[in-house]
Amino acid sequence: MELKRIIKFEAERDPEFSRWISHTVGGENIRHCLQCGLCSGNCPLSLYMDYTPRRLMHLSREGFKEEVLRSSSIWLCTTCYNCMVQCPKGINITHLMYALKQRAIEEKLYPKHFAIPVMARQFSRMVRKSGRITESWLIVRVFMRTAFWRLLGMSHLGLKLFRAGRLGLKPEKIERRAEIATLLDSVTAVKKELAL
Amino acid sequence: MTYAYYPGCSLKGTGRAYEESLLAVFRALNVDVRELEDWNCCGATTYMSVDELASYALAGRNLALAARENKDIVAPCAACYLVLNKTQHYVHDYPDIKTVVERSLASIGLTYSDKVHVRHPLEILLNEVGLQAISARVKSPLKGLKVAPYYGCQIVRPYATFDDQLNPTSMDRLLEACGAKIVQYPLKTRCCGGSQKGTLPEVGLDLIGYLLAEAQKRGAEVVATVCPLCQFNLDVFQKEARTDQKSVSIPVLYFSQLMALALGAPANAIGLQRSLVPVTPILAKKEIAYA
Repeated sequence: MELKRIIKFEAERDPEFSRWISHTVGGENIRHCLQCGLCSGNCPLSLYMDYTPRRLMHLSREGFKEEVLRSSSIWLCTTCYNCMVQCPKGINITHLMYALKQRAIEEKLYPKHFAIPVMARQFSRMVRKSGRITESWLIVRVFMRTAFWRLLGMSHLGLKLFRAGRLGLKPEKIERRAEIATLLDSVTAVKKELAL
Repeated sequence: MTYAYYPGCSLKGTGRAYEESLLAVFRALNVDVRELEDWNCCGATTYMSVDELASYALAGRNLALAARENKDIVAPCAACYLVLNKTQHYVHDYPDIKTVVERSLASIGLTYSDKVHVRHPLEILLNEVGLQAISARVKSPLKGLKVAPYYGCQIVRPYATFDDQLNPTSMDRLLEACGAKIVQYPLKTRCCGGSQKGTLPEVGLDLIGYLLAEAQKRGAEVVATVCPLCQFNLDVFQKEARTDQKSVSIPVLYFSQLMALALGAPANAIGLQRSLVPVTPILAKKEIAYA
């Protein structure tokens, strides 16, 4: 039998993480969280989560960085905004889920070949290059990098969609594509200048 | 008044039937729309998890383009509608975000504007055209076709600009005006799982299953949607979806397809043939005329 201490000592918490979450956009009210559980009760995904939204809010503000960033919950969130519209303290929980996703991607704390960060990266590359998303190619690119065998299994479905005229192979593009790259580079520059 | 029509990427791909039918509805009801010139992807929910500031700038470009045309935007896709609205809220609430959006847009010669109203077709049809005018133009009534109205999440949450966040009724009323019978559908704003079917399939198939099973139990003959991703999930993965029912078979249409049908548009011009779950058997059973 392997025994493990499950309670943490205060000194093991990460105060930087705690500060970060309450200063991030949407987290201004996290200190006021009542732990009422309306968020978890309304979340259609909480059934599948290791830490429900209520627990995640508490763990975040108390600085349990590892637990939070390795939690499956941040990837299960579909951003349906149920929690946020119900929160009596106006905590922008959905937005915090986005912030936690970004932080987990930055710190590379997610399983290998995990589809969500791969999809996010391919999505942003496609937007930068073409200004628009061509869904068919996005799907192909994501599965090439995550679960190639599933792509083969999906060929039947792909054919059906193609026949229904729902999978265009012609890449969608905007006219002034260069504008998008300039715009995105400029965002990076301004962010750096303002230290955001 | 002419609106700047902002289709978004899905309406040019998997959701083509939404565009085809919506434009047919607008034409039949004399709502003047023109596609926003050189619009770009709004970033959807995906871009937010990579770089939220960049996603506000991307949405900001579309708002700036519409401002230059001096038009309001009509955005049928749920994700686009939310992202454009959200950008306006966040630019208004957070000075840093405003600075980033304004300065990055300036680098491509555009000016951010908060004067553009981001509107949804449901709301334009309900408030600008009106139920009476719609009823008066119905050529082929839906003859009591039982419809489960499924709104999904992002049309009404978090910004309930024109309807209730948990119990919206705008689509119910529009379809009733076309002769449909609305069934009580308490899951109308429950999440379909979004892109979860692609990333965490087991979970996605559960969520899709609940929605379909409930619609079937309530006696619905059709599910009506307002979002390209909802329609895709419920239609394309219907066979795989996990439910407590022996089998589920229920066509999933855009609300605009049902309206266009009632307004007399031909079936192939509004993408009825693009649904994987066939639609014509139920139309034949109800003796709803279509060309």
